[in-house]
Amino acid sequence: MSEEIKRSYEKYFREHRLPHLWCPGCGNGIAMKAIVMAIEKHPELNKDNTVIISGIGCSSRASGYMDFDTLHTAHGRALPFATGIKLARPDLKVIVITGDGDCTAIGGNHFIHTCRRNHDLTVILFNNNIYGMTGGQTSPMTPKGKKATTTPYGAIAQPLDPSALAKAAGATFVGRSTAYHVQHLASVIEQGLNNHGFAFVEAIVQCPTSYGRKNKLGSPADMMKWMRDNAVMKAAWDKMSDEEKTGEKFPIGVFLDTRAEEYGDMYSKLIDRIGGKNQ
Amino acid sequence: MKARLMQGNEACAEGAIAAGVRFFAGYPITPSTEIAETMARMLPLCGGKFLQMEDEIASMGAILGASLAGVKSMDATSGPGFSLKQELIGYGAVAEIPCVLVNVQRVGPSTGQPTAPSQGDVMQVRWGTHGDHPIIALSPWSVRETYDATVMAVNYSERFRTPVILLMDEIVGHLRERVELPDSVEIYPRRQPKKTRAEGYQPYEPDEDLVPNIADFGKGYHIHVTGLIHDETGFPVGSPEVTEKSIRRLHEKIARVGEEIIHTYEYCMEDAEYAVVAFGGTARTAYETVRRMREQGKKVGMLRLMTIWPFADAAIKRVAKKVKGIVVAELNYGQIVHEVRRAAEGRCEVALCGKYNMKAFEPEEIEEAVKAMMEGGANK
Repeated sequence: MSEEIKRSYEKYFREHRLPHLWCPGCGNGIAMKAIVMAIEKHPELNKDNTVIISGIGCSSRASGYMDFDTLHTAHGRALPFATGIKLARPDLKVIVITGDGDCTAIGGNHFIHTCRRNHDLTVILFNNNIYGMTGGQTSPMTPKGKKATTTPYGAIAQPLDPSALAKAAGATFVGRSTAYHVQHLASVIEQGLNNHGFAFVEAIVQCPTSYGRKNKLGSPADMMKWMRDNAVMKAAWDKMSDEEKTGEKFPIGVFLDTRAEEYGDMYSKLIDRIGGKNQ
Repeated sequence: MKARLMQGNEACAEGAIAAGVRFFAGYPITPSTEIAETMARMLPLCGGKFLQMEDEIASMGAILGASLAGVKSMDATSGPGFSLKQELIGYGAVAEIPCVLVNVQRVGPSTGQPTAPSQGDVMQVRWGTHGDHPIIALSPWSVRETYDATVMAVNYSERFRTPVILLMDEIVGHLRERVELPDSVEIYPRRQPKKTRAEGYQPYEPDEDLVPNIADFGKGYHIHVTGLIHDETGFPVGSPEVTEKSIRRLHEKIARVGEEIIHTYEYCMEDAEYAVVAFGGTARTAYETVRRMREQGKKVGMLRLMTIWPFADAAIKRVAKKVKGIVVAELNYGQIVHEVRRAAEGRCEVALCGKYNMKAFEPEEIEEAVKAMMEGGANK
């Protein structure tokens, strides 16, 4: 029959660690693939000078499948570890994979302050709106009214918008896309990798096993169709009136791409200024 | 060598830099803050980096990250901060990441008495993080020894690839003494892989001393590091055999060197009939107690523990064989006394002289405890 199709980005995976542990229909694999597609667009990045760091949760298992120096840290703590690595080795490209619970709940304080200091990190948050690894508990990004095992009558608190938070806290790049818009997602991540500062990308992924089932959202394909039908490109979103921004519609694209002095660069300048010797 | 007047906390910072520490992340907390302040001033001058993080947990995460990237790293804190770091101390132990964490003890529990001395974290140092893990903890009694113990802590952390705790107390941290520091110190270099990837390098394959030569990040080895139990490849494995083997090796890599890292010091013990066991700032008072009691013709000596963990079983056993009784002086409700009693195995009487009222010991208080034991009135 047909020969095995080999895609160029597959070289970035540890094939001996595959297949992955994610459920059938999970969107994490798509987001992980988008990351390596984005890395491939950067010829200066390779397995020797790129590091992948993750926290704990479904999203964070991705690091183990990617053939770089990879670090699977503790719950919520990927950003502090990444900060240490980046300051110790400023020449390394540091990519962080996290989840909605990992980044915005237990790791929320680290998220704010890592944005504020503007370390050169590219952070991709796999948002599945739920705690998948522990069996479907509510996260700070579970939409109001949606069910989880710990919100059996529907979530009553408003969800957190990490894009708005990142902007307010001082990130220099903020973007969002979905597992349905895979090429677009890869492009947003690619642009994030270009930004020499704290770059944040939210990748909306479907969790059919917990979030989808609890909320009767249908098959994985149905959940992706929801992304297709509700995501609005930023240019179009900006032209929409408030009345049009109804229901579950949300914008995707690059929301912020700016420059500000990066922390490590500033520290090197400080060392020069006080007459220290840069190592 | 020039004599200088220096604080214990400052000596700790200078010892760390002498030992090659070039990254420090921390969070302000009394009574350890001078260590962070000294590092903030000195590190950039020698090309190192200092970072005040958003919280105690972040500081611990940052030093583990920097160490994985090949830079010797340290963090310093006190009780409440030490509690917050416990999870990541375990991470450092299981992922085998060298680092030094200083705990300048103050009165607890909780916020307790932030500016007052205590030695109440002895057991938390040993058992604070969840799960079975080894730990090395050193407790200096003077400013100069703080410098040396910090160098030793950095070197042990590199040699055994494990977090090492420098267990100071407020007495020694804020003590100022005249010290003469050496021009240079012996440094244990970062362990390097002995094989290439082509030769089948495995990051967690133990060397002859049971310690793995884990490649630093960014050296082209493409290794995976995780807090999950992993095999020699570094990848997680859900196997009972691997789990048992991993946990056993973590303990054995330190246990196998035995007495080599257990530093104890004896004073007036040659003919002693009673011994005071003490460590850190309390040992300074106990030393004075022994001096005074010797003047009174009493045969009293002191065993000072510098290495707190692994525990000095052999030294306690040796002393217990020789004396009629041991008084354990510690600034807490009774912690290390249980270890002393266990190691003494009933060979002599063991009594606690504990104190937990914000004040350091007075020599008379320890003297009274020893005399009570001599008169047979000590509580066993």
